[in-house]
Amino acid sequence: MIGADIQILMPEVVLSVYAMVALLGAVYTTKDGAASLLTWMTAGLFVLVAIAIGMNGQGTHIAFGGMFVDDGFARFAKITILISAAAVLLISEGYMLRRGLLRFEYPVLITLAVVGMMVMVSAGDLMALYMGLELQSLAMYVIASLRRDSAKSTEAGLKYFVLGALSSGLLLYGASLTYGFAGTTLFTGIIAAAEGGASLGLLFGMAFLIAGFAFKVSAAPFHMWTPDVYEGAPTPITAFMATAPKVAAIALFARVVHDAFGGIIGDWQQIVAFLALVSMFLGAIAAIGQGNIKRLMAYSSISHMGFALMGLAAGTVGGVQAMLVYMVIYVTMNIGTFALILSMEKDGRPVTDIAALKSHAKRQPLMALVMLVMMFSLAGVPPMLGFFGKYAVLLAAYEGGLAWLAVSGVIASVISAFYYLRIVYYMYFGEDTQALDGRVPPMLWVTAVVTAGIVGLAWIPGVNLFGLDPIAAAAAATLVN
Amino acid sequence: MIGLEHYLTVAAALFIIGIFGLFLNRKNVIILLMSIELMLLAVNINLVAFSSFLGDLVGQVFTLFVLTVAAAEAAIGLAILVCFFRNRGTIDVEDVNVMKG
Repeated sequence: MIGADIQILMPEVVLSVYAMVALLGAVYTTKDGAASLLTWMTAGLFVLVAIAIGMNGQGTHIAFGGMFVDDGFARFAKITILISAAAVLLISEGYMLRRGLLRFEYPVLITLAVVGMMVMVSAGDLMALYMGLELQSLAMYVIASLRRDSAKSTEAGLKYFVLGALSSGLLLYGASLTYGFAGTTLFTGIIAAAEGGASLGLLFGMAFLIAGFAFKVSAAPFHMWTPDVYEGAPTPITAFMATAPKVAAIALFARVVHDAFGGIIGDWQQIVAFLALVSMFLGAIAAIGQGNIKRLMAYSSISHMGFALMGLAAGTVGGVQAMLVYMVIYVTMNIGTFALILSMEKDGRPVTDIAALKSHAKRQPLMALVMLVMMFSLAGVPPMLGFFGKYAVLLAAYEGGLAWLAVSGVIASVISAFYYLRIVYYMYFGEDTQALDGRVPPMLWVTAVVTAGIVGLAWIPGVNLFGLDPIAAAAAATLVN
Repeated sequence: MIGLEHYLTVAAALFIIGIFGLFLNRKNVIILLMSIELMLLAVNINLVAFSSFLGDLVGQVFTLFVLTVAAAEAAIGLAILVCFFRNRGTIDVEDVNVMKG
């Protein structure tokens, strides 16, 4: 009985045991000397676990009396999380090593955060949800302030901690109300209790839960921590925050609203549509005045989360499918963009000013071209990959009866195109003011070119977005029924 | 007779005090940590009251998890605060402003 349950959550067990062994091993041996090796090993292990999940996964398995659900949706999210975390580890190793930031705790904390995310997307119970979310958040607070001697990094960690704890508190209050008025913490029990209309207490619980999730996905109006934390944290860690945790949080969001509150779609649809609308516009408008590329990416991620929530707001299978497709595309674009941001250096020091990119194309034609592809894709210009993501969520929102939201999405997308295209303008037509160093580390070069290839070539007829659509459709079908 | 609604009212009041403590406090980061703790304890009151009212043990198990996580959270928060103090020499909320958001 217990053996079968543990078999189902084997990927999480393997990663947790690895994290503890790696921590103990590094502490008792060479400490930071092993950091590079550990980073590569962790990335390799993530890829192996992702392959194992992809190969073995069939059907839906339920462990520990419904607390842990391993279905197609969870596997899809887990593979996305693991691959993106591995990619971030690979692009961050060189950068952190050069700045003396590569401590052995870094890969271990990333592993623990990833375990938390995997529990989040598989949660079938409010307790499992909370424990997964906290494991992820606590690890993230620490890595946000990894640069202990920097006022910016510790301030980022402090802000992230205070607002993250507030969001956990809101979520927990919602969980307690949901438990009280549904009489159970299991999602299967909550959906049964909400059948035929939820009580007022249950609706309050749901609203608090959604507010907590909105914090975690940094959807407006709960976004205020995002720009500061993105700016203050070391850049590789910003790259991590912009990818895997976002996928996990939005997958958890989708699971709770569909698995636990799937019977009262009308009640949460309005809240999610509102969050999507405000996020899209706030992300698009507030980014215009930003001169720091990390802050710009923060507002960009707020806007993108708005689009992903638009898919969720549709409340249909097609909506969840579009959301999953959008998240995979968003993560791919972000890894490529952050690989380029990590390579921005002047005299060996990292630069995050957008103005530093002026006339980048004259010095580094290939990297400028890659950046151009990424920016066009983030803006949603066809035929880049980003366009297909936007198209999928807009279509899902329209088919879900939210035509007004789809129209607003198009308008927000046009506004946000301004600041993406401004970067392209700087690179190709800007006055040369401060030359960046010409050297691009090989790992960053490879990552940038590969992601640009994926993003730029997915439209070719035979490629069909690399078969992403049918896989996401199958994953969404296991969640919504 | 003290019923469920009395406990829920106390918990809601504590929770709201916690949120106000986070947003209105202009003095000290330690007070932020206390406010967070207050919010989590309000949730615990809620959970235990519901658990006793429903005659269901799950709520109390949940409370134990929340207590454990709250302890870990406070430890991490204080550790970050110590690092911040070393860099800035102050823990006033008004001085947490290197980056303007």
